[in-house]
This record gives sequence, structure tokens and C-alpha cells, in this order.
Amino acid sequence: MSAAPPLPRWADIGLLPIINLAIALVVSGLVVLAVGENPIRAIDVMIQGAFFYEGSLGYTLYYTTNFIFTGLAVSVAFHALLFNIGGEGQAYIGGLGAGLVCLALDAVLPGLVLIPLAIAAAAAFGAGWAFVPAWLQAYRGSHVVITTIMFNFIAAGVMVSLLAGPLIKRGQSSPTSRGFEESAQLPDMQELLGFIGIEIGRSPLNLSFVLAIAACVSVWLLIWRTRFGYAVRTLGHSPQAAAYAGIRIPRTIILAMAISGGLAGLMAVNEVLGVQHRLLLNFTAGYGFTGIAVSLMGRNHPIGIVLASLLFGVLYQGGSELDLEFQTITRDMLLVIQGLIILFSGALAYMLNPPLARLIASIAHRPREATT
Amino acid sequence: MKERADRPEADAAAGGGSAPPAVELHRINKRFGAVQANRDIDLAVDRGSITGIIGENGAGKSTLVSILYGFYTADSGEVRIDGEPIRMSGAADAIVHGIGMVHQHFMLVPTMSVLENVMLGREGGALLAEGEQATRERMAEISHTYGLEVDPDALVGELPVGLQQRVEILKTLLRGARILILDEPTGVLTPQEADRLFEILEILKRDGVTILLITHKLREIMAATDAVYVMRRGEMVAHRRTSETSQEELARLMVGRDVLFTVGGEPGAPGAPILAVEGLSHADERGAPCLTDVGLELRAGEILGIAGVSGNGQSELLDVLSGIEPPQTGRIAFAGRTFTAATSPDPSTLRDLGLAHIPEDRQQRGLVLPFTASESSILGYQGGAEAGAGIFLALAAIRERCEGLMERFDVRPPDPDLHCGGFSGGNQQKMVVARELAAAPKALLVGQPTRGVDIGAIEFIHSQLLAIRDTGCAILLVSVELDEIMSLSDRILVMNAGRIVGEVDRSEADANRIGLMMAGIERPAATTA
Repeated sequence: MSAAPPLPRWADIGLLPIINLAIALVVSGLVVLAVGENPIRAIDVMIQGAFFYEGSLGYTLYYTTNFIFTGLAVSVAFHALLFNIGGEGQAYIGGLGAGLVCLALDAVLPGLVLIPLAIAAAAAFGAGWAFVPAWLQAYRGSHVVITTIMFNFIAAGVMVSLLAGPLIKRGQSSPTSRGFEESAQLPDMQELLGFIGIEIGRSPLNLSFVLAIAACVSVWLLIWRTRFGYAVRTLGHSPQAAAYAGIRIPRTIILAMAISGGLAGLMAVNEVLGVQHRLLLNFTAGYGFTGIAVSLMGRNHPIGIVLASLLFGVLYQGGSELDLEFQTITRDMLLVIQGLIILFSGALAYMLNPPLARLIASIAHRPREATT
Repeated sequence: MKERADRPEADAAAGGGSAPPAVELHRINKRFGAVQANRDIDLAVDRGSITGIIGENGAGKSTLVSILYGFYTADSGEVRIDGEPIRMSGAADAIVHGIGMVHQHFMLVPTMSVLENVMLGREGGALLAEGEQATRERMAEISHTYGLEVDPDALVGELPVGLQQRVEILKTLLRGARILILDEPTGVLTPQEADRLFEILEILKRDGVTILLITHKLREIMAATDAVYVMRRGEMVAHRRTSETSQEELARLMVGRDVLFTVGGEPGAPGAPILAVEGLSHADERGAPCLTDVGLELRAGEILGIAGVSGNGQSELLDVLSGIEPPQTGRIAFAGRTFTAATSPDPSTLRDLGLAHIPEDRQQRGLVLPFTASESSILGYQGGAEAGAGIFLALAAIRERCEGLMERFDVRPPDPDLHCGGFSGGNQQKMVVARELAAAPKALLVGQPTRGVDIGAIEFIHSQLLAIRDTGCAILLVSVELDEIMSLSDRILVMNAGRIVGEVDRSEADANRIGLMMAGIERPAATTA
């Protein structure tokens, strides 16, 4: 019952996540130990596999890109105290938007026009998919958590029926669309960097990474530097204060959710325009859900989200190396380790908050001679 | 100790009588971060006495009471009950030691009956019937002994606040409390209900119950207590026998200097009507009427006070007038515009027209507590030129303006980067007042401007309100503090059950008569003033 003193900011955004991560790694280490492998070696393989093998950094950053988009999506809604659990579906439908533009126009438009158009369509479709739950929340009080979850299923259903039906490539049985023309393909990083003379290994990393970083800056500006961001944060902290201040609450809810959905939709740019170059099933692969953990861990701040995304990128890429290297560490084991990190860094993020706050407070106020 | 003639001072807390004090605190210290909320507090309360603790907001009363009730653990020091040192790690322990607390905001389940509320936590088994019967009998017994009659089968939500409070007291007594802590118990009561409460406390006292009364109303201390402790800035600065002190002395001890009791000032010079309300009725979400046919006219340069017991429609009136709630029936005319259900205003439109609003709840509405002072200083004006140009906020300019306001309105500490939650109640309120007055409004809605605000800040806020009135601003003042209404208002309207039941002019204001109107007993027509 007793209230702990508030945690200093540096500890909240710096120290606490590191401690949580350390605990998660120690517990994961125990799991690795339990299956009879050396955890130190496992970490070494993971770090090597995420950063140092040929092209591995590119893979890591490619995963990171996905997490940045979905993490930002969750954070924007969260600033208005809305839990957007629908990133997965919004990204999926965002991919549909990008795909439709490409399938319809890749024969007629040049890349410089087509790609921005497809990116805009990804954002617009994602936003549109978030708009319906947002409207229901704003004007009918249907809880956005429930509706966005349901919209994930609807999105999956829509994609299956479209890819098994009208969008399927003629004359084949697997549910994917035809491949896009060259003009609809986002340039790879190794090509781009090759232009300026930097050689990197082959990886799926593409221009979307730059878009993701731009999105981070934009979200930061939007939330902390604009009148609209002020309205969103006021609503998120105190709906009553928002009503008092004359902030139009339904409109703010809808806009925040639409921006959130748009960011989630942009994740599809990385997958559909950057890597797959066609529409296919399940390209979202759970990134939308992991975005919730990313946002939680990154404290809903773009910088935190980039760091958390990088961590998850390392886990994905380094994890697949573990899978190759060790017979006993399977994909399922990796899911356990990822789950532990999500558990400690996301769900239990504030578990250590009160004791840590007390510790810091007691150190801060102890007379100097007593600290030795 | 009460009967002896030695003059008890703060350091002479332990006393030397035969029976140990019922409650004794010895050198209690409690620190929150950088704030020393309680410093070396000594306190001794005799069995079967009523002892008051007074102090400004932020003086450390709540912390002290929370330590006594087991919510907080003291950093150092000792709590003794009947001379025995005890350790508590939660409210459950306090109950074991016979300590009961009646909170300022009742801890009752409104949709349950009185009986169900009273037996919460002591149901005595998986099936309720047995515990219910036992509780019913105990309750009848206690109600009878102490004059605490309440219908056990009434729904708590449908009882008037005075009776709800009675249920709270019953709850603690049924749990075997012999030491009763009441935190600001009269905040929600009519003067008559408050008198009734003090009668009950008197009966409890005679039966040997020890009562600790936390309040900021000096008059209640004078009327009800045997002894009084005064806190200031986390320290216990004085201990007086009530019969040997005066309101003036206590106020001086609390604030550390002399205090003007009535700001008063010259009556205003009312000018042209600014805001007119006609036939305003309003129902809450569940359809229960909370305003019925309210009409009023607010003129430039006057303060119109709305007196009433909390929860009689004043809050809803402010909500509708400020545009937070759309009017359902009736008309509101302001600044040449007429608003009805069809043309409902929103707070931004009204602000643009020159209507400012100091809301009743500064923590939920007036400020955003996690925001910095600077950020909160544009709340409500976030769309205006104060906040910036275009879609972006001009943070540096906002901060600078906030700094100026903080200086002008004596907000301490004058730090625009401090989070609003880090300011004391009085300083938070000054920030809200500063922001709203800075808009130079034509009309100002004010709700409970000094609730939970220390005396020094009250004086300051009152003088600011009078000053802006004298510049021609029309002020509608809603307060449950009758003293405040009477000392500031040029005219007083009394509300009861969502209706305006009477109007009294400044010159003929009389607390007793207004009190009866507030209780809905006396209608103005029946008065012979």
C-alpha cells in the first residue's frame, strides 16, 4: 500500500530497462543451461549472428525496421491512452493497399511515382482499418482493445479470401499474387550504399529503414511539439482535463488511432515493397503484436522504441543463428527466450520500479560519509 | 490530562498521568524523496477525548494520519497504543489495534445496502445468511447506543451524505474501533448535519472512544475538541487546550503569521448583464435530474455566489455553463450569443468569447498532473496564440510566459519545468487561477477555489478574485464553504436538489438562514427577514 517515491527519469528510461533485460537474459540462460548447452556460448553465437556474420547486420536492421513501425504505432495510440492491439491487422491491410496500387499500376507508372503512391496507400489502408474501431470507441464506447483484436481476425479473413480469389496469380495453387514489376520494388540498402561506394553484404534491408527513422522523428515532433500532440497527451493523462480544455475528444481518439494504424500499415512497405515484391499470406508474422512489447519496453518514446526494436531485431536474427548452431536450441526454444524478454521487459516492466525507487531515494539522501 | 491544569506544550507529550494515552506518537519521521513530510512528531491523545489536528495543506497531517492508520510506515519513531509500541504494515493491522478511520471520501459501495456495506470484509463464511444476522443484531445495538440510526436495508447510494458518513462510522465501530480518526469529516455536510455529527462524536467520547479530528476549519476545532495540535511544514508546532486558545491564535500558529479572516472588501458595482441563464434543466447519464429550471443573471463587476451542500447540482451547473456538458433544455446567453441544446457551445468557443473557468477539481481538470507547469499553463488555450503559431507549439515562449505568471501569482517554487503533481495544493490552485485570469475574461466561472488550499493561498486567491471583479469581470462563484461565499459575494443564490431555492443579498446574508435553505428546509417565501 505504501507509495514509493517516483523514479528519477534517467533510471526510468535507462537503468530499469537494462535491469529488466538482464534478468530476462539470466533466466533465458538458465533455460539454455537446462537443455544442456552453454549459455555464454549461446550469447556469443547470438551476438555474432546478429552483428558480425556477413550480411547479418542487414538482417538485424531489417527486422528492426518492422518493429520500429509497429512499436511507433502502439505508442501513438498509447499516448491517448488507447491500446491499439490491432497493429497486426492494420499492417496486413496496409500491405493490401500497397499491393493493390502496385498490381494495378506497376505497368504504367515509373517507380518514383509508384512507390510513394504505394507507401501512401499502405498508410491509408492501415489508417482506414484502425478508423472503424476508433470511430466505434469515440462515438459508441466499444472498447478499442476488443474491436482491434477482432479486426485482426477480419483482416486475416479478408486477405485469405482475396489471395485465394481475385488476387491469386493465374494458374498456380499457392495463395500469392503475381510478382510486382521492377518499378514497384523498393531499392535495397546494398544497392543504395553501393552508389556511394560502401560495400555491405546482401540482406533484405531496404529503403524502408530510412522511412522508419523518419517516422520516429515525425512521431516525436507530432507528440511533443504540436498542438495536436498536446491534445493527445492531455487526453491520455486525463480525459477530464481534456474535456475541460475543450479538446474534441472523439476527434482526437479517431485521429490518434488513424495515425497509429497508418504507422502499422507502413510496416508492410518493408515486407511487401522492400522484400517480397508480391502480396502473400501472413507476411506480418506477429510483428504487429510484438510492437506492443516494443512500445512498452521503449516507454512509448521514439528513441526507446528504436532501441527496443534493435533488441528484438537482434533476438530474431541472432536467434535464427542459434537455431542453426545448436541442435537442442530449436525455434520453439527461441520463442521461449523471446517470450521471457517480452515478459520481463514489457509485461513486468514495472515490477522492479518500487524497490529500485526506494533504493535510489535512500542512496540519494544518505549523508555522504555513510556511502563508503 | 484533560482535567489537569498544566499547560501542555508540544514537547510535553507523554504526560505523567496514571493511564497511558490512548494514542501516542513518539518522534515520528517520514520522508518522501526530498520532502520531509513529518519531522520528529510527538503526539499524545487521551482516552475518551476529542483531539483536533490542524495545519495548512501540505503541513503533513495526511502523512501523519496515514502512519497512524498503517498506510505508511514511519522512517523512524514509535506508535504506541495504550502505552504499547506497535508495528503496522497495513490498514488491517490498524483495525486489529482498534483504530478506525472515516475517510474524507467515503469508502462505500453505493449499489449495496447499508448492511452489506457494514459487513464487507467480515462476512464470516461462504454463506452470507449467518453473518448477515449477526451483523444486523450488532448494528442495531450500536446504532441504539450511540444514536447512529440508519435503516440497514437502505441502498447506500440513495442515502444523503450525512447518513452515508454515519454508515462509515458504524462500520468502524462494528470492527471494534476504540480510536476513531475522522479526516475532514464536514466537507460534504450542511451546517446542520455537521452539528449532528458533533453530537454523535460527543456521545462516542462519553463512552470512552478516542477521537482524532483532522480539519482545516478552525470553528469546528473550537466547537468540538478538547485539545488541538497544530502542524506546520511537517512539524508539530503547538499543542493547546481548546479552552485556552482562540481561532486567531490557531490561525497564526498554522500560517506562522497573522491572517486576515475576511478579505471582504468593498461591494462590487454591478454593471450590464454578461451571462443569462433561463430554464436550464439537466439530467445525468442515468436520467436522474440534477438541474431543474435554473435561471440566473450574472452582471459585469459582481460576484454571484452559489451556496449549497456539495452534490446539489452546482457541479453540473458549472459543467453546462462552461460548455463541458451540452445544455439539454433551456437557454444560455453569453457575449451576444445564445446557446441551446441545438446550438450547444463547446469550451473552446466559450473561451474565445471570453469565458474563463477555474474548475472544481484542479487535479483532474484544471491541471494535467504529469505535465510540467509550463505545459499545463496552456491547458484550454492550446489552440490559441499563447501556445504558438501554426500547428507547432512555441515551447520557449510558453515557458517564458509561464515563468511570468508564476512570479505574478507567487507560485512556489517558481519553476516552469516542475511537474504539476510536485506542487502543493495551494500552488497548484494558484497556477490554475493565474492561467484563467491571464486570459482577461469577461466572465469567470469559479468552482471551489480554495478547497484543500492553505490559508495563505486562500487570502491571495480571494484578493485576486476581488481585483478582477473590480475591473469589470463577472464572476460566478460556487463553493461549499459558506464563509467564502458570504465574504466574497455581492449576491448569493442557494441551490438545493438542482434548483435555485433562494436569493440573498450581501447585506442580509445570514449563515443560519442560508444553511436552512441549503438543507431544503426553508423556502425564501416562508422567511420573514
